[in-house]
Amino acid sequence: MPVASRKRRLPVFNVLLLGLLAVIPSILPLFYIYIFSVIFVTAILAMSLNMVVGHGGLYQFHHGVFYGIGAYTLALMLTKTELPVWAGFLAGPVCAAFAGLLIGLFCVRLNRLYFGMLQISLGSLVWAVTFRWYKFTGGDDGIHGISLPDALLGIHRAYYVILAVLVVCLILMYLIYKSPFGITLRAIRDNPERCAAIGINVRMHQLFAIVLATFFAGVAGVLFVVVERSVFPDLMFWVLSLEVMIMCLLGGWFTFAGPILGAAIMVSLRTFAGVYTEYWTLILGVLLILLIFFLPEGVMGYLMEKIQPKNADS
Amino acid sequence: MLLVENIQKHFDGFKAVNGARLSVETGEIVAVIGPNGAGKTTLFNLITGQLKPDGGKITFSDEDITFLPPHRICKKGIARSFQIANIFHRLTVFRNVQVSVLSQKARNLNLFFPSDRFFVEETRAILESVGLADKDREIAGALSHGDRRLLEIAVALGNEPRLLILDEPTAGMSPEETATTIQLIKRLADTRGLTILFCEHDMDVVFGVSHRIMVMEQGRTLIQGPPEEIKKNPEVQRAYLGNE
Repeated sequence: MPVASRKRRLPVFNVLLLGLLAVIPSILPLFYIYIFSVIFVTAILAMSLNMVVGHGGLYQFHHGVFYGIGAYTLALMLTKTELPVWAGFLAGPVCAAFAGLLIGLFCVRLNRLYFGMLQISLGSLVWAVTFRWYKFTGGDDGIHGISLPDALLGIHRAYYVILAVLVVCLILMYLIYKSPFGITLRAIRDNPERCAAIGINVRMHQLFAIVLATFFAGVAGVLFVVVERSVFPDLMFWVLSLEVMIMCLLGGWFTFAGPILGAAIMVSLRTFAGVYTEYWTLILGVLLILLIFFLPEGVMGYLMEKIQPKNADS
Repeated sequence: MLLVENIQKHFDGFKAVNGARLSVETGEIVAVIGPNGAGKTTLFNLITGQLKPDGGKITFSDEDITFLPPHRICKKGIARSFQIANIFHRLTVFRNVQVSVLSQKARNLNLFFPSDRFFVEETRAILESVGLADKDREIAGALSHGDRRLLEIAVALGNEPRLLILDEPTAGMSPEETATTIQLIKRLADTRGLTILFCEHDMDVVFGVSHRIMVMEQGRTLIQGPPEEIKKNPEVQRAYLGNE
């Protein structure tokens, strides 16, 4: 009974939230529209990481690299080639997924922590090349003042485009989450040995999950360019990857929507606490300690437990 | 159906399995017995590919499966349960079995259709046959020990195996649970025509259900034969059953 009523309430809640987000640009000042756009982009990134970390059980420590590859691909295509703009927006996620496939091919051969170690090494390699290759990537300066088509100019238009892409991404991710592949992935996370024993090619499924996740990271990457109109190597630095990982933990990495909440908390904290002190990470640190002690399943995990105790798999 | 010849497995010089032999015919229930450390679980791990043998040969339905990875061996028609409940503890009971059915029907890569549309009846039928149908929505990790062992078997059944390997299916169970599980094993063999290979410490269980028994000691096969022959064998009595 409570499950059924909750099922009916959830779409209503989602539509209301979407309606609220749709009117935000007409009521809030520009700065907040910008912050919301950043939250949306970061939410896609965190959600994409959670596909492999929370649902796949893979320690993808350096996910930011694929975010960066998506952003750089678009930036380079817009500034260095005459190709149509849509090609750049398509190439960003595709290149990110291809990089995910290449790095993943090596990483899935290793287990658990070793996977993470190799992943962070190969990712840092990409960062180092981007950081040094002045002629091509602009080195540590990055690329600034990227010109975008009119449809994306101005933060109002950008906001709606990003919101639309976020909604599409979330729908796709939710379908994947509920699909046979999503369930198989979570089964692999829980017990890879048993999965092999019931006839599942574990490494192939893990690799496929990485390709999907890095594709969505690439989507987040091209949207970053839409918001900021610039790219820089920090996008691929390991600190950013760690922040995204924290978003997943903070929001609840065994839930579906947790990372969105995590992204919202992190971006808000950085923005609003960052105004008062540059040591905002200190607040984050305290928050994390409290989280580990009191909400080990993350904020969303805690809420879900309150709403619907013990049923529906995560 | 299954033929294990002179199989070897060493761990840092320790010969866990040292020239074991085993044959299982279609439709049989075969038990493997032996003292702790005789190499029973290692033997099962070698058959289903969790471990790679250092020598010997394993044939299933006239096919050499000695060095195949676990998921390929499973696709040939061998499913197994584990000694320590080896389930997907964050998924519901229903999903645990459904994953296995999805794997059997090769639908694990389906991305955009809700899994609630896939093999619900097949999954439910398996849960009913092991008596877990009323617990389908519970999280597997929260089940009691006995129920977890049943879920173990249910997950293996999802693969529609021809040969089912059970590693101590009644370990840690209460007498009632043990009785239910034995009934289940017999029923599976009768109604599904399953060939079953299992190992077990409880001698009543072993002599009650098996057609043939293989006795292991220190990684070797002592003897394989029907229960009466095993009971009479002086070497088995000395090594394992104890002398009166």
